[in-house]
Amino acid sequence: MAQKVHSHSFDAVIVGAGGAGLMAALYASRSVKVAVISKLYPTRSHTGAAQGGIGAALGNLEEDHWQWHAYDTIKGSDYLADQDAVDVLCKEAIDTVIELEHMGLPFDRTPEGKISQRRFGGHTNNETGKPVYRACHAADRTGHMILQTLYQQCIKNEVNFFDEYHVVDLIKVEDTVRGVVALSFATGDLHIFHSKAVLFATGGWGRCWDVTSNAHSLTGDGAAICLRRGIPLEDMEFFQFHPTGIFRLGILITEGVRGEGGVLINDEGERFMARYAPTIKDLASRDVVSRAIYLETQAGRGINGSDYVHLDVRPETVNRYYEEAGEDKRIDEAYIEEKLPDIADFARTYLGVDPVKEPMPVQPTAHYAMGGIPTDIDGRVLLNSENHILPGLYAAGEVACVSVHGANRLGTNSLVDLIVFGRRAGNHMAEFCQESLLLPLPDDSTAEIMAEFSRIRDSSGGVSPYVLRSAMQKAMTTQVGVFRTQETLTTGLADIKDLRSQFESIEIDDKGQQFNTDLLEAWELGCLLELAEVTTLSALTRNESRGAHARDDFPERNDDEWLRHTLCYKEGEGYRLDYKPVTIDRYEPKPRVY
Amino acid sequence: MLVELRIRRFNPEKDKKPWWGEYTLTDVDPRDSVLDVLHQVKWTVDGTLTLRRSCAHGVCGSDAMRINGVNGLACKILVGRLAKQEGAPAKIQVEPILGLKVLKDLIVDMEPFFEHYRSVQPYFISNSPIPENGRERLQSQADRVKFDDTTKCILCAACTTSCPSYWANDRYVGPAAIVQAHRFIFDSRDDAYEERLNILGDQFGVWRCRTIFNCTNACPREIEVTQAIAEVKMALTTGNV
Repeated sequence: MAQKVHSHSFDAVIVGAGGAGLMAALYASRSVKVAVISKLYPTRSHTGAAQGGIGAALGNLEEDHWQWHAYDTIKGSDYLADQDAVDVLCKEAIDTVIELEHMGLPFDRTPEGKISQRRFGGHTNNETGKPVYRACHAADRTGHMILQTLYQQCIKNEVNFFDEYHVVDLIKVEDTVRGVVALSFATGDLHIFHSKAVLFATGGWGRCWDVTSNAHSLTGDGAAICLRRGIPLEDMEFFQFHPTGIFRLGILITEGVRGEGGVLINDEGERFMARYAPTIKDLASRDVVSRAIYLETQAGRGINGSDYVHLDVRPETVNRYYEEAGEDKRIDEAYIEEKLPDIADFARTYLGVDPVKEPMPVQPTAHYAMGGIPTDIDGRVLLNSENHILPGLYAAGEVACVSVHGANRLGTNSLVDLIVFGRRAGNHMAEFCQESLLLPLPDDSTAEIMAEFSRIRDSSGGVSPYVLRSAMQKAMTTQVGVFRTQETLTTGLADIKDLRSQFESIEIDDKGQQFNTDLLEAWELGCLLELAEVTTLSALTRNESRGAHARDDFPERNDDEWLRHTLCYKEGEGYRLDYKPVTIDRYEPKPRVY
Repeated sequence: MLVELRIRRFNPEKDKKPWWGEYTLTDVDPRDSVLDVLHQVKWTVDGTLTLRRSCAHGVCGSDAMRINGVNGLACKILVGRLAKQEGAPAKIQVEPILGLKVLKDLIVDMEPFFEHYRSVQPYFISNSPIPENGRERLQSQADRVKFDDTTKCILCAACTTSCPSYWANDRYVGPAAIVQAHRFIFDSRDDAYEERLNILGDQFGVWRCRTIFNCTNACPREIEVTQAIAEVKMALTTGNV
């Protein structure tokens, strides 16, 4: 069937309408003509699922400094973050959070009427090592408030939205950018968006795993598109498993629960984090807590011998530990309902558990990509280990790797990343567009992607995309999970390669044009398979343990050989790995103890 | 458990009119959501079944549907709770939300809904300068709590499409748009309450509400929608916010 092709022209195109895309859109649209293209209605974006808070050293409740936030971030990253970029993140966190308030974001308030802050994992007073009140929050729906506020401001500023347009290709001629190709969900027609600059803000790819906190839509489209167009992906072996997903379902239970005093308990009734992180216990970094849960369950101390533990935020439990620690603070049921209303609702809805009366069963859940499209601190995409820039191409948010999260992201820093680097990328892109000409489109800018969609639509190979996706998700969970070994990774790589070859023979039911989710899900599966392979290959090669990448066969961090970023390029049907140095300008790596 | 599912189907490329698709699923976990069973049909029986969904835990607002005659989010309604008694089969009927044009299967045209949303100036407007110290505006906890409930809205349209007044006349802005306006009208930092009250005092504004409470019952975020509408009516009557 011949497919219609439509054309549009803008200065800049932003792909994705979560926190990073909308922040960039607000800034770029002040001076140049911008289109925001999103496969979802913007308010459906997964930024809205972020719960506990956004970190910024406002010091509203106690002494705090952005330098402390920076050190915590670098330590949390297991020293793989680029320290110049972390400085930007933590310094600008303060005024971007204030700016969100000026845009109307309804933060919770302190008794004096300032933005309220709570404790969060890995955020400390650098002098005492104790948890610090740094996470600015609006109940336990901070991401929802950020997403709504930014979308509202975009409406106020009449930003051009193309809702439910699915970007499927980048138009790149040698090392220049010419725009993107999108498929209209409603009609199935292709649309060329001709532009001077393109920003990818498409989020992560948690759907590679079967237990994940990520939305169904998080299929890594932007990362896969860039990879296919010759851009490397950085540090893909580092994928965060959040310690507290709802058992079986993976739905996120915010670290804010532990920030408000909740504790993790094993089958023996023991608060086991005291053994793994004596100083900050349950508020250690996520990688540390996830590994502890895994080790507890492996040792038979999961609840009833199963593979989950309890997260206990009942007031009597929380108050007992406050008392033991000599803290004056006490909480009651009403406090939990006020501070964690959505968590209480999730537990009641999906577990039938009332968290003020019973502990919640939790297990680690695939949560966040530290790696992604390499960028500098202005969101400009970097092409190689020499940090050559691809003019006009930008990335921001989870899909990007600046790198501020290194080997393990601290809680709240994803939201900081979105707004700080979304803003910087938007500003830089606007400047770039003012100085640049619109380069002509190539003649055949839709030919390849049209052929790919025809192939998927017309294939009669009989392989079910659902069966393939499930097999990939199981393989990734068992072989490329919280702990890895050469053996699991080798098996995982063979499994994923086999599934990728089967992808050539998939067959879908819906051969139509309009609202063809069958077709788009199959195309998304191709993205996931590609990113699964890159993740596994990057992990297999890194013979050390660092942050979220924990190798049973190489349990120590090895700074002599591995204090460097991985880059993975697609070449033909295969991949090539390369490495680049980490920027270390202030804090020398040292052992990481919580 | 056994699930007997009836889904309202319509493919604009094939069908002249909608029809009921009937599917029997024999091995469903009672803890699965309605979204899970729709996925089971889509992924193992008929890939042409079409719906919107994303987060799958009730915060993105993509999958509002009419389930056994009541609006809700498919991902937030568990199958076990739809059985008459524990262990009995569940009979589940799923239709698109009412009052918006059906485009394909469970997908409706959301544009009229978002037009109403945009019509109430759903964004923060302040004429006062930002504080001289460059910091946040101050707001008391008491002022903050006045509009807390309506900040929870995820624009899923479950309320508006359960409202008989909206079914009767789709020019009515509907409960969701009023909830969005309420969030700003009662925010002590916002300066445009008069303009928004003017919009909502219009013939297609709040007075179309007949206090039926369908919206409140439908809201998956448990917002007291009817209460919020009443507060806007009261503000219009008294001039006080």
